[in-house]
Amino acid sequence: MSVVGHAPPPFFRRGPAPLVRLVFFVSLSLVLLVADLRFHTLEWVRLAVATAAWPLQRATGMPIDAAGDMGAYLARQAKLLKENEELHRRQLETANLLLRQRHLEKENIRLRALHDMRARQPVEGRIAEILYATRDPFSRRVIIDKGIKHGIKEGQAVVDDIGVIGQVVRVFPLTSEVLLLTDKDQAIPVEVERNGLRAILAGAGAGAMELRFQAANTEVQVGDILVTSGLDGVYLPGLPVAKVVKVDRDSEYSFARITCLPLAGVERHGLVLVLSGRAELPPQPEDVKKPIEPPGRGGRTKKKTR
Amino acid sequence: MMQPTHSSRRILLPVSNWFIVLTLFVALLLNLIPFGRLPGIPDWVALVLAFWCVHQPLKVGMAAGFVLGLAMDVADASVMGQHALAYVLLAFAAAGLSRRILWFPLAQQALHVLPMFLGMQVVMMLTRMLGGAEFPGLLWFLSSFTATLFWHPVTYVLLIPQFQSQDKDVNRPI
Repeated sequence: MSVVGHAPPPFFRRGPAPLVRLVFFVSLSLVLLVADLRFHTLEWVRLAVATAAWPLQRATGMPIDAAGDMGAYLARQAKLLKENEELHRRQLETANLLLRQRHLEKENIRLRALHDMRARQPVEGRIAEILYATRDPFSRRVIIDKGIKHGIKEGQAVVDDIGVIGQVVRVFPLTSEVLLLTDKDQAIPVEVERNGLRAILAGAGAGAMELRFQAANTEVQVGDILVTSGLDGVYLPGLPVAKVVKVDRDSEYSFARITCLPLAGVERHGLVLVLSGRAELPPQPEDVKKPIEPPGRGGRTKKKTR
Repeated sequence: MMQPTHSSRRILLPVSNWFIVLTLFVALLLNLIPFGRLPGIPDWVALVLAFWCVHQPLKVGMAAGFVLGLAMDVADASVMGQHALAYVLLAFAAAGLSRRILWFPLAQQALHVLPMFLGMQVVMMLTRMLGGAEFPGLLWFLSSFTATLFWHPVTYVLLIPQFQSQDKDVNRPI
């Protein structure tokens, strides 16, 4: 074997000692970690490397794609027939709504004009296909096959035929990365469809979500449907998001633990719709720095004490 | 006598640098295959890196681990530096233990490598969970065990060029 068996004489130069190299590389990695986790300053490096590696990535995806195609080809005919029947049934069910939608939209515009409200922004979407889920086991992200070239921007909402599945967080030239709703870092403002109660829904890992910061006596029941409230200016209001499956009112905690499951096929693969961004919301009012001082003496005395 | 250990009398051919680069690149490609969240898929880059660090500690070391780690961080859409840190520590441990490991038969070599892979995964988990990520589940650690199972075949595959004899014999390729 070519391994050097003994400590070499000093005239064979082997560079710095292993421990020195270890400290160097570990500190370099730690710097990178902090820069990426805290300050998000490394996106351009990621963009460059990912663009260069794109052909390789597609090439390695081929066996998986081929296996998927093969599986689809061999799908049982009975299954396809059943699916076809189901789709026809759903189309009939929704036909009523679809036929009346144009009428309703016009009526809505008239009514809104009467009320002197801003017309709701028309939604445009771009159909994309989920290519694969990322390998990173610590977060829940998928890659879709549309990117900068197709006009996808960071922050756009991604929906499927049932409801919201997530949000675009990184855009590459030909692909983009979607953070799923079930990720622990993802939060979405929602309201309870039944009573309009506003809340924030956050991912809880393991495919579930959690309605955060709701008082123990909050008006939420098992089976409630949560829809987007649109307060964030990212999601359009009224998109279905999740269903409440468990409400745990423990008097030991001041907040109720409300577990929800996503309505849309968040962890499934298939076609999705990337919704175009919403029009800018009016700017937020500036923070009131000083408390408004009551007129008269009180104000003056307060100033003096400072 | 065919055993690729120090206790064997067999003298191997010197390794080619291009072969090392090629195998590391192929391992990177294997890691790019999008298996999603399927548990038990071994980390090929870690496996091949550990192999070369054990067998050629003077040629492959922490610098290679760092560069490969950065590539994996981009490919996995994980935090920059997560794989780099883990691979650097793996390379340090493998190179440091290489003189010990190579005296053992292959099965026991694999037992030495297993804790390194597990340690690497624990390092990755700690860095991510400090950053507020979710716990990936115990099944995630299965990939270390599958990687250990591959130590035996991978050793033979990666040593094939060095097993060849000095004077070419048409009837006996290896």
